[in-house]
Amino acid sequence: MNAISATSFLASKKLTLSDPDWVRYALIVATLAVIGLFLLLPLLTVLIEAFAKGWDAYSASLSHPDALAAMRLTLLVAVVTVPLTTVFGVSAAWAIARFDFRGKSLLITLIDLPFSVSPVIAGLIYVLIFGAQGWLGSWASEHDIKILFAVPGIILATLFVTFPFVARELIPLMQEIGHEEEEAALSLGASGWQTFFKITLPNVKWGLLNGVLLCNARAMGEFGAVSVVSGHIRGLTNTLPLHIEVSYNEYDFVGSFAGASILAALAVVTLVFKTVLEWKQKQEAAKQAVEVH
Amino acid sequence: MAAISIKSTRHNGLTATVLPTFRQYKKITDMAQSNIMPGFRPAISFTLVYLALIVLIPLSAMLMKTFQLSLDEYWAILTNARVQASFRISFGAALIAAFVAGVFGFIIAWSLVRYNFPGKRLFDALIDLPFALPTAVAGIVLATIYEPRGWIGKLVMDSTGIQIAYKPLGITFALIFIGLPFVVRTIEPVLQEFDTAMEEAAASLGATRLQTFIKVILPNILPATITGVALAFARGVGEYGSVIFIAGNMPYISEIVPLLIITKLEQYDYAGATAIGLTMLLLSFLLLLLINGLQWWVRRRSGQL
Amino acid sequence: MSISVNNISKHFGAFTALDNISLDIPEGELVALLGPSGCGKTTLLRIIAGLEQADQGDVFLKGDRVTDQPVKNRQIGFVFQHYALFRHMTVFENVAFGLRVKPRRERLGEAIIRKKVHDLLSLVQLDWLHDRYPDQLSGGQRQRIALARALAVEPSVLLLDEPFGALDASVRKDLRQWLRNLHHDLNVTSIFVTHDQEEAMEVASQVVVLNHGRIEQQGAPGDIYDHPANAFVSRFIGQTNVFDLEEHDADWLQTAGLSAAQQKGKIAHVRPHDIVIEKSTHHSDAYVTLKDWQHLGALIRIELVKSGINGHAASVYAEMPNDQFRRLHLNRGDKVDLRIRHAHWFH
Repeated sequence: MNAISATSFLASKKLTLSDPDWVRYALIVATLAVIGLFLLLPLLTVLIEAFAKGWDAYSASLSHPDALAAMRLTLLVAVVTVPLTTVFGVSAAWAIARFDFRGKSLLITLIDLPFSVSPVIAGLIYVLIFGAQGWLGSWASEHDIKILFAVPGIILATLFVTFPFVARELIPLMQEIGHEEEEAALSLGASGWQTFFKITLPNVKWGLLNGVLLCNARAMGEFGAVSVVSGHIRGLTNTLPLHIEVSYNEYDFVGSFAGASILAALAVVTLVFKTVLEWKQKQEAAKQAVEVH
Repeated sequence: MAAISIKSTRHNGLTATVLPTFRQYKKITDMAQSNIMPGFRPAISFTLVYLALIVLIPLSAMLMKTFQLSLDEYWAILTNARVQASFRISFGAALIAAFVAGVFGFIIAWSLVRYNFPGKRLFDALIDLPFALPTAVAGIVLATIYEPRGWIGKLVMDSTGIQIAYKPLGITFALIFIGLPFVVRTIEPVLQEFDTAMEEAAASLGATRLQTFIKVILPNILPATITGVALAFARGVGEYGSVIFIAGNMPYISEIVPLLIITKLEQYDYAGATAIGLTMLLLSFLLLLLINGLQWWVRRRSGQL
Repeated sequence: MSISVNNISKHFGAFTALDNISLDIPEGELVALLGPSGCGKTTLLRIIAGLEQADQGDVFLKGDRVTDQPVKNRQIGFVFQHYALFRHMTVFENVAFGLRVKPRRERLGEAIIRKKVHDLLSLVQLDWLHDRYPDQLSGGQRQRIALARALAVEPSVLLLDEPFGALDASVRKDLRQWLRNLHHDLNVTSIFVTHDQEEAMEVASQVVVLNHGRIEQQGAPGDIYDHPANAFVSRFIGQTNVFDLEEHDADWLQTAGLSAAQQKGKIAHVRPHDIVIEKSTHHSDAYVTLKDWQHLGALIRIELVKSGINGHAASVYAEMPNDQFRRLHLNRGDKVDLRIRHAHWFH
């Protein structure tokens, strides 16, 4: 233990690694300024603007039927998309991290693809399929199935933009952990599912949770893709981000920022969870490292 | 003091000498593995079907739609002055923003990894805010702060006469916000894993701190920085939510490509929207390819391939 | 004195890495700083180099006080444990680095630098690798490049941190000999850190044994082996059997040759080669049972078991040349007589 504490102390005290004081202070000040102006200030502004006309105006905006409908829809979208993306992420990670097959790197690239596609294009592709002139547009209208400018379209667009979130988190993690433990479980007679639930899942739980959290934040907060497919029908197809946009454009700033405060709170909770999860992961890694030594 | 060696063992010694054999071992077990580990068929089947349904088929729909256009029609759409202006604005603003984010991001990553200061953990966690904060929220907030009557917008307007919001400059500001975490989070791990013994070696050979930075640290961190900048750029080009509120959206002046696509859609100009969308898609793939190529080139140059 | 260290102390939090250390190293020596993990040897080396600041004490190089001098002004060559080669530079650029970062007025011409680097690379027999990158080299090659890089600035002292620590056993053997010869040719005062006593004894002209941040003993390898200053050194250098007279049967030890008259302490350390064994002919009390033996090349290590009075058995190790052992015609389980020729006494 002594040796370990000595190491950590050393890292901060190495003589040649210290920059001149003025450099250090200048860089720290610049860091604080950029983070403050670009990140902290916006967060505070949400609160200030939301409560600009007091608590009553704030709560009135949030309890407006349109706002409530938007929140309900946002929750519905998240409840449907997050589990699907999670199941996909787990199965993709299992296939990629545990098996060798041809075209594996192509598959990884394709999974990453939605990250590099503009959200507006993510919406556009569904308009092209289900729109009036689209492949399935006439079929859908014949069968009286509403996809575009309705909830299914919003869900599809959200599925597209959240597509890589869980897989991307899990694949490198599972590759790093390796499969010795799973092999051991299988050799001891565990079934595939038992191995997955008793060995794999506990090993990747923090990473998985992290991916799910980020996926949820994106699902609830997606704006560009959803805005293209939703049709902005108030009380019906407006998610919370769309409700914020509509209110803002109608100069209902309190209403807009009240909605934004909910999403900002979600973002903060996500960040807190993420920080805690990463800390937990690091701790577990450190614990294992100590056991090895 | 073997304790001192713990850190560097992991980074240099292990990766250099032990890991290759470990990798070889892994490769062998991987091959043998495919027979033992259960569940390949269901996992890969679900993965591929889901990938096809959600990503590949919809994307190919756009390709098909564009093929319905003749080359002349496609060309006419793209050479339209308003379309070209929007491409200039989107790519120009994204490029400038990515560079600014690159400089800021480098400074922030350096401070977070190398220095200690009060509230460091909080600031470190805040870096991810643009990842977690819905773009619409970012959009209205940035517009509120930087508009001519806003907190900072007014300050800048009064002192320099420069208007930020509703101008291309506003777009750039929003894209710096979006791009920052890409740069910081790409540089941070590289800087953390950087073998500081190299700095000590440079110092022991008589290099000044500045020489050490330029000749030893920078060449090792630059690839990550460029990758981060490229990622920020790629994201910035397609960004919509955080930009449209602050942009002003004036055709020819502050209209970004994604907004133009939506405008075309609202006018039922599907052909126009598709042509612009596909062009953008192709450009972002090109960018992705470029980023991968860049990383490959850097690794090859430093002899790691 | 080429290197002098006066009253150096260093703490990391509550951990004392170095406790008031003083050390003088004459010109031209090849010194090993030897000790177990955490004894402070690397910290001492880094303080001499100027990579670490001591809490107290002074460092002198060639008579000059350099305590407050940064590493780049100390004219030292430092070889890092994991080489710290610049990954983004070729072998040539690595070796040339120290020459190229000199201020313009001191800097040599590019042609001279080129020649110098190639000479150094020839010296370490790796000139043919000059355009490779560090990641393309083997461990032993990296080690030699790191040494060439350190030598390029013509250091007045050479400091090596566990120079063979990260190498395979076979490469390590070759490099030890090579370093010894190189030091002989260049005659630069050198210090290297190691935890491997065999390495220290084989390579160094002087060995400094450290433990818990203190110097236990300093001297030529032979001196340290033959006259260990204390129990720690005796145990750490070479193999040794430890007989605690309060635990062992004193009579038995007396029969074996450790007579009470010789006693200069309570604990006797006996080197394996100072134990002579013979097939037991009469039933003396000093007999032990031959349990097993291992071949160590020219020597045989013999494991003997002495059953104590209260039932628990103690192992004693002896060593003797191969042929001598063969002549004894011993089998496992045989009873043998044991004689101790020489012991070191400690309290």
